[in-house]
Amino acid sequence: MASKPLSQEFTKGLWGENPIFRQLLGMCPTLAVTNAVINGIAMSLATSFVLIFSSLVVASIKKLIPSQVRIASYIVVIASFVTMADRFLAAFFPPISKNLGPYIPLIVVNCIILGRQEAFSSKNSVGRSLIDAFGMSLGFTLALLVLSSIREILGTGTWLGHQVLGSWFEPWIIMILPPGAFLTLGILLGIIILIDQKLQRSK
Amino acid sequence: MELLAIFISAILINNFVLHYFLGICPFLGVSKKIDSAVSMGLAVTFVMTITAIVSWIINHWILLPFNLEYLQIVSFILIIASLVQLVEMFIRKSSPPLYQALGIYLPLITTNCAIMGLALLAALKNYNFVETVIFGVGSGVGFTLAIVLMAGIREQLDLADVPEPLKGAGIALIVAGIMALGFFGFSGMIK
Repeated sequence: MASKPLSQEFTKGLWGENPIFRQLLGMCPTLAVTNAVINGIAMSLATSFVLIFSSLVVASIKKLIPSQVRIASYIVVIASFVTMADRFLAAFFPPISKNLGPYIPLIVVNCIILGRQEAFSSKNSVGRSLIDAFGMSLGFTLALLVLSSIREILGTGTWLGHQVLGSWFEPWIIMILPPGAFLTLGILLGIIILIDQKLQRSK
Repeated sequence: MELLAIFISAILINNFVLHYFLGICPFLGVSKKIDSAVSMGLAVTFVMTITAIVSWIINHWILLPFNLEYLQIVSFILIIASLVQLVEMFIRKSSPPLYQALGIYLPLITTNCAIMGLALLAALKNYNFVETVIFGVGSGVGFTLAIVLMAGIREQLDLADVPEPLKGAGIALIVAGIMALGFFGFSGMIK
């Protein structure tokens, strides 16, 4: 594992091991907040912040943590950063904080973050863990951006609040409601597997 | 009447899985067989009820009086982690058959966002003690209902002719979407 070049450590989070499309981790925030692009962006920034800093801390103190209590220790580290992100949003961006509601605190139980600590940061050097965390964050951001763009454009005819589809377009309200989240992600997963199969066949 | 409304809305209208998207990981992961779905549902309901009680007590007797709301996230997750551990030890001693039935699902509940979501939502909605307990039980029943229904559908789905790329998670999500659509029918029941 350690022999992988650094660039590969970074790009694996984008496609090969994309946390959402491939590992199906962190589904709850993904589905819940992607009804508008702005929410998706806020959520991915908050999650990236927590993931990157937790990886930094866990990778630096991994030798100090006894392995029996490692999960509990990771959770405390993660929870501290989530509290910071939550307070920060509440102080500077109250409307976004209100929109996202309990989903910002829920980053604590986002399996992507704990999963990366357990699977990667606890075994690798600080630098490598940071690169891995950046890659995973970017993959998560990408997935959220795609999902929320599809849902916002089809659901309201806007993108980031700007009108993109003409007045002829009748918004599909269902896309911004919960069922739309499930349907969009289900179909996206199918498309991604399809592309992957095509790529593999052409190799 | 108020309590009944909370209970029913937690089960049908604001269903944790289909409306709040909480507990999706076990919902997709443990819904392949009806038996295991029932066990998971029971385990979650059980832990949810206890979490609702303990988190309310901590929140209202310790955090709020001392203005420590910013510790909510840390303390809730620690409560849940230690509760799950305690419940596991208790069940193993007192009822080995139940322990056998719940098996690996019990420790997994710690990272189930439905539990954390319950503690946070109950705090957010400012429920009093009785309301919180009812909300906890109702949410657990709602989760059980959703996961058992899902398992029933997926058992049938094994025999169906699903397009290759959609097999597995893809079709499960689409089914969940249609289920969520169905549950929308309940939304007019309570104002």
